[in-house]
Amino acid sequence: MTQKLVVIGAGMASGRALEHLFEAGADWDVTLFNAEPRGNYNRLMLSPVLSGEKTYQEIVTHDEAWYLQHGVDTHFGTRVTEIDRAAKIVRADDGSEVSYDKLVFATGSNPFIIPMPGHDLEGVIAYRDLEDTERMMNMPAESKVVVIGGGLLGLEAAAGMAARGIDVTVVHIMGHLMERQLDEPAGYLLRRALMDKGITVKCQANSKEILGEDGKVRALLLDDGTELPCDLLVMAVGIRPNTKLAAEAGLAVGRGIHVDDQMITSDPDVLALGECVEHNGAVFGLVAPLYDQAKVVAKTLMGEEAAFQPREISTKLKVTGCDLFSAGDFAEGTDREDIVFRDPARGVYKRVVIKDDKIIGAVMYGDTADGNWFYGMMKDGTDISDMRETLIFGPAYQGGASVDPMAAVAALPADAEICGCNGICKGQIVDAINAGAQDLAGIRATTKASASCGTCTGLVEQVLAVTLGDDFVMPASQSVCGCTDLSHEDVRRLIKSQELQSQQAVWQELGWKTVNGCHVCRPAINYYLLADWPVEYQDDPQSRFVNERNHANIQKDGTYSVVPRMWGGITTPDELRAIADAAEKYNAKTVKVTGGQRIDLLGIKKEDLPGIWYDLNQAGMVSGHAYSKGLRTVKTCVGSDHCRFGTQDSTGLGIKLEKALWGSWTPHKVKLGVSGCPRNCAEATCKDVGIICVDSGYEVSVAGAAGMDVKETELLAKVPTEEEALELTCAFVQIYRENAKYLDRAYKWVAKVGLDWVKEQVVDDLANRKALAERFELSQSIYRKDPWADLAEPHKAERFAPIADFTLEAAE
Amino acid sequence: MSWTDIAALEDIPVRGARIVKTHAGCIAVFRTDGDEVFATSDRCPHKGGPLSEGIVHGKSVTCPLHNWVFSLETGEAQGADEGQIATYPTRVENGRVLMDLSEINKVAA
Repeated sequence: MTQKLVVIGAGMASGRALEHLFEAGADWDVTLFNAEPRGNYNRLMLSPVLSGEKTYQEIVTHDEAWYLQHGVDTHFGTRVTEIDRAAKIVRADDGSEVSYDKLVFATGSNPFIIPMPGHDLEGVIAYRDLEDTERMMNMPAESKVVVIGGGLLGLEAAAGMAARGIDVTVVHIMGHLMERQLDEPAGYLLRRALMDKGITVKCQANSKEILGEDGKVRALLLDDGTELPCDLLVMAVGIRPNTKLAAEAGLAVGRGIHVDDQMITSDPDVLALGECVEHNGAVFGLVAPLYDQAKVVAKTLMGEEAAFQPREISTKLKVTGCDLFSAGDFAEGTDREDIVFRDPARGVYKRVVIKDDKIIGAVMYGDTADGNWFYGMMKDGTDISDMRETLIFGPAYQGGASVDPMAAVAALPADAEICGCNGICKGQIVDAINAGAQDLAGIRATTKASASCGTCTGLVEQVLAVTLGDDFVMPASQSVCGCTDLSHEDVRRLIKSQELQSQQAVWQELGWKTVNGCHVCRPAINYYLLADWPVEYQDDPQSRFVNERNHANIQKDGTYSVVPRMWGGITTPDELRAIADAAEKYNAKTVKVTGGQRIDLLGIKKEDLPGIWYDLNQAGMVSGHAYSKGLRTVKTCVGSDHCRFGTQDSTGLGIKLEKALWGSWTPHKVKLGVSGCPRNCAEATCKDVGIICVDSGYEVSVAGAAGMDVKETELLAKVPTEEEALELTCAFVQIYRENAKYLDRAYKWVAKVGLDWVKEQVVDDLANRKALAERFELSQSIYRKDPWADLAEPHKAERFAPIADFTLEAAE
Repeated sequence: MSWTDIAALEDIPVRGARIVKTHAGCIAVFRTDGDEVFATSDRCPHKGGPLSEGIVHGKSVTCPLHNWVFSLETGEAQGADEGQIATYPTRVENGRVLMDLSEINKVAA
């Protein structure tokens, strides 16, 4: 006898279940209710509709005719209002009453709208159905749209609108895009691809409020105060199973409608499938498990045995033309090992996670061809120990291939600048080689590349090697560390010319061999990034040595030394009293006057650092940066104020210099001295920059040393005014900051590039001197602030204390 | 194993560490880039450097005093250096860091 089946919801899951049912020739009389006024379309294909690649008609999977052909009584645009499970009757808002033998819930999900202020303004929409899609399609080009949510749906919406010429900004709360499917390096590549399409991406951005005008959306306000103007705001932050009707009908409901392995709810005559269900605590959003459920529902209805089993999921996605693949568990974990492969030329990133010689997870970006091969081995638990060395290259390369150390340079486009001094790009060097230049001297003679400061020599040689192949023998240059084959100079040049502004960008574009560097390269890269991109790059304390992270010098017993700044070596009775009080209060073991004319309090416990900083701050003192690769001290003599030989106000100039330079980060420490006359009581001529005052002006000399090496400074220039001495010093420090290798003191760097080159840049070329001083000032607008005051704030200060203390409990 | 709640995961900086004081000395609790948590002795066997202040890279830490590198998983010194630090079981549950203190309490008793 024909049985009656009522289905609520015409989506992809119920459409597939009915297909299975009809294919099997099952004898059912089917009634279908759908709140949307149409049949079933492929929701996954809404994005191509949005971007204009497809029309709605092309993505329909089951239209009214299909349902008619299979004898389904359709009620489209009709909402089911009530279910009487005792009488087995469904009532709908068109007044119809339909009885059933079996009922199937396929009510899907609702987009989640964050209940922040302004969410109910006109112009705030989700991205879920055809109406939302049409709304976005109807936005005129040039209008502004903000998308909240950097998951798959949000990015699809953003890319679709960007393709229509709309100005789109994506706001994502997490640190990288699609954090559930991708790790950070893959998220970086995706972000870069989206930015290439003109989409602005803001990660770690917290939305605070939606601002409106006359009831219409005007802008999104972030909690850091940024306002993002918009004409439309799309919220794509996730979905929630639509369980309202099921809950009203008295079915067991948790996050979703509870179902067992046969997809049967708490009522044996009611089934459910799709995004509205919860099975063993899990809810579903991807299409593969939904189709599995559809099979089980059809079999259960036909009285056949079937059980739904969630599968290990692999996701192969195309987000706006970018190929992505992720499978299994790719978080780092105990006893896990990563194999990473990066190909900067093709924008490829692959990572396989291995545990006990088996693949347990994989992430791929850019080239996902081998995804299924890895996924297959992951599912089968294949032992990969025999192919570990070549595993990452995929099935085609088993037994061969190795990483090319010159891949990063080979990948550079022709317009990548190699020589910054002379503005020579890779293409010009390649042209010179093709025109006959066969070695470094030939390149220097024909293009001038590497002929000035010489720091790009390594890169020029690599271009020679890549272009000439075996005809060129590469001189061995020292790489930064085992994580890369590039030298410090190569890395610095490429950070500038390729505009690499994050650690992730460096790791990927320069083909780093490790996930996040090591203790050798990370502090260097962190420095290069903040020196070259002071505004764009955020300093990373976790990539700094302990002293710079804790803003104090660690001693051999694990305590710290604290040195407050004394501008130009000048102090006051009040400051001395405050220092004495702090020394007593925090039990300084030793109080010492340093070689740079400051006072050092030694033996301070780590947890006391914020306290002593706070006390010293209260007395008007700031960090003396006695721990930094940065400006340390400006040592002075008393000068013309008191000394009968003094020619200028050396103390005053010292204070001005220190106030201009303090807080700046440099490749290695920078110490200055200013002496009021050639008797040189401030010992200025063994400093990184030493100034000797004379009657007619200021002799600015540089590149001295008084450490492992002892070396007298060399005269850079004599200038007539204090202002010029200040500008020249700032320009010198900046050119050193921009060009030197990390951990090269100024004298070592000047020896490499030559004092003549430095003079050309900062003495002869006045426009360049001014530009350097301006760039220094820009950087200082961010870094000229007291780290002690910042870290003594209560919520940061607590980080200096133990996270837990079990010595306070009685020992058992 | 008996698990003791130590702190919230977010209280430990990514690629950083915090210390836990116990009767058997300080324990360093590390958090890697991938939000994995490891606990080891805070003392470098070389000259007693506080490992919690080292640079965390991959699943290793470099001692801040003389650059000895230790595996956070096995506690073994890497490269040419020879040495071993104690490691302690940890796990992360609902954003909380849990540690098994039973070995430590035995030492302290």
